[in-house]
Amino acid sequence: MSNIPAELRYAESHEWARLEDGSVTVGISDHAQEALGDVVFIELPEVGKTVSAGDQVAVVESVKAASDIYAPVSGEVIAINEALADAPESVNGEPYGAWFFKIKPTDSAELDKLLDAAGYQTAIGE
Amino acid sequence: MGLRTPLYDQHLALGARMVDFGGWEMPLHYGSQVEEHHEVRRACGVFDVSHMAVVDVVGAGAREWLRHVLANDVARLPGPGHALYSAMLNARGGVIDDLIVYRREEGYRLVVNAATRNKDLAWLRAQAEGQDVEVIERVTTAILAVQGPASRERVAELLGGSRAALIRKLQPFQAGEDHGWFIARTGYTGEDGLEILLPADEVCGLFNDLVGAGITPIGLGARDTLRVEAGLNLYGQELDEAHSPWVSNLGWTVALEPPTRAFNGRAALEAELAEGPGSRLVGLVLEERGVLRAHQVVRLDNAQGEVTSGSFSPTLGKSIALARVPRQTPERAEVEIRGKWYPVRVVKPTFVRHGKILI
Repeated sequence: MSNIPAELRYAESHEWARLEDGSVTVGISDHAQEALGDVVFIELPEVGKTVSAGDQVAVVESVKAASDIYAPVSGEVIAINEALADAPESVNGEPYGAWFFKIKPTDSAELDKLLDAAGYQTAIGE
Repeated sequence: MGLRTPLYDQHLALGARMVDFGGWEMPLHYGSQVEEHHEVRRACGVFDVSHMAVVDVVGAGAREWLRHVLANDVARLPGPGHALYSAMLNARGGVIDDLIVYRREEGYRLVVNAATRNKDLAWLRAQAEGQDVEVIERVTTAILAVQGPASRERVAELLGGSRAALIRKLQPFQAGEDHGWFIARTGYTGEDGLEILLPADEVCGLFNDLVGAGITPIGLGARDTLRVEAGLNLYGQELDEAHSPWVSNLGWTVALEPPTRAFNGRAALEAELAEGPGSRLVGLVLEERGVLRAHQVVRLDNAQGEVTSGSFSPTLGKSIALARVPRQTPERAEVEIRGKWYPVRVVKPTFVRHGKILI
């Protein structure tokens, strides 16, 4: 049984989203990091990039496979977590602390289209 | 449900994430394969390798029969307790399996790969028909490998008595037997270590004692990254029946002397040698971020090759690979990873030995 914090929203593609101070912080779920195995490299988008919900914007490379990360909402990338480059293993250790990027959303209604914790739990069959 | 070793329940109890390997349910890791890898190079770790098969060859004709069946020459073994690494070839010189053969007081002991054990046994039994030799699969023998610079001393300390004395005496590639345990100073990690072959009804106790003494259990994920760093082949990736030892970094294991020793595949090997083998195995190092993986295409000048095994190397902190490329290769090449070409350095296919980075 993986950890699925109740206050976050989730995409079916296993990204989590947290609305804070008007921006959406994004990472990957405990279920996703467990399936990936040890994370070794992360490719982040450029700050300033405009993205649409569902766009592939980052890549997580683990010992097992490379996995695409998708924007859960549309908007502009306003920050990326540079610390991840030196500590990719933090994605495994603290999946809800190790954020990838922040998006300034163009349409906050898109957040409501994401799954809540119960919905994500069902989606991953737990 | 796949095949299970006697340690299956213990793996689960230790939190292992299980994976299928050649039809066996084995531990991929117990939390972090990168941490497990570091622990082996730093000190030691214990691996359940009971999925591999132990095959004894006895009888008056054993020695000469093995000299016919194996590409390396068991006549080179000076006495009981010595071992060598060999390929077993088909008539076309292709590799059926790679294995270690130990000479014992009576006969020989082979340890063969898990994924090929059924194929190997069928082959050996067919080869043994009409010969003065018996091929005996030891289905109740389990195997633990303890590998790393501290491994031999930790195990000797734990076992004490005559087994400790035996362990402390063993030279690399030597083995000895004590009260039903067969202990060899061999391994698959590029570090010092032991492989302990013992009755299946004793392996759970030994595994528990080793883990209880603080020796870290290591899964197949780290087993693979360790052996790639050491430049060791994996059957099914570097080795298969379509490729000869000459193109698989196994030339050193083929004993062409004496010329009078007829062995399976000899004629094909000599013909290929005369013509000049078309390819070879090299090491690749990716200096940028990314991970090399099996089957990625390698581009060198006007020629092409293929990655046979790729992984992230925890010791180097970057990705490395073994690749089959044309014989004459430059020092730089490119590998296609998810549609983009990345530059790689071409090196000798051994990256780390005894904890030291060689490239």
